[in-house]
Amino acid sequence: MEILVLSNSLHTYLVIGALLFGIGIYGLVQRQTFIGMLISAELILGGASLNFMAFNRFLAPDPTVGQIFTLFIMAIAAAECAIALSIIIAVYRNYKSIDTEDVVDLQG
Amino acid sequence: MVSLFTMEGLSGLLFFCFIGLTLAGAVVATNARSLIRSVAGLAICFLGVAGLYYYLNSPFVALMQILIYVGAVCVTIIFAVMLAGSSELKQLTRRNGLVGPLAILGSGILVFALAGLALKTEWLAAPCRVNRGTVEDLGQSLLTTYSMSFELISVVLLVAVVGSLVLARQGRDK
Repeated sequence: MEILVLSNSLHTYLVIGALLFGIGIYGLVQRQTFIGMLISAELILGGASLNFMAFNRFLAPDPTVGQIFTLFIMAIAAAECAIALSIIIAVYRNYKSIDTEDVVDLQG
Repeated sequence: MVSLFTMEGLSGLLFFCFIGLTLAGAVVATNARSLIRSVAGLAICFLGVAGLYYYLNSPFVALMQILIYVGAVCVTIIFAVMLAGSSELKQLTRRNGLVGPLAILGSGILVFALAGLALKTEWLAAPCRVNRGTVEDLGQSLLTTYSMSFELISVVLLVAVVGSLVLARQGRDK
């Protein structure tokens, strides 16, 4: 059963990363609330860091680089999440809605 | 040939469980009707990704993934959902019916291109490794080679915390 040793091949992780990225893009287009779009953006970041970790495990000459990059991605994602959520709460206070189509004052 | 009832077979089975957890969580996170459910899907997805990190020889990053994403980011999003309320029940009525299929088509093309590229390319491994990527190596290079980025990311986090406090505080007495 060759399928049981898939965890030792680079391609598996790259395909999973691509799938996460695609699902995140789909959610970003399809969602209509700000928080849903933020969740999809987190999925995209997860796919990117999975790619970094896979390359780090299989190809990199220095196997700490990818791990450190993933840790930095996590920190940036946490900062992004905090900022985005406070913007969402400020928008909700002014518009009483987190729907992307209700916040269209600037569309001219 | 690996039999199912050996160490490798069972770990391969567990690997498939983690893949399923990741993809199912991602699908729930993007498709669930209520926002709370989609945050729960995000948490499940990140638990699966943490399992995959464990298979990539980095238990430290796996634990950090659980700590930061499941423990902090998801809880913060849940707080925001409860503060801002969810108004997505009305969204089914007034949307262009073309958006869903087009989103599936576009992201399907992206996935196909990325996965095809990953499968077709001939990846070359590095001839030798300078260390083994353990937690000790990680800490050493974080405090020597990458110390500048480490300090900068602390400043970024501080600015983000202060900025989000300022943003969320405005107009509070309204």
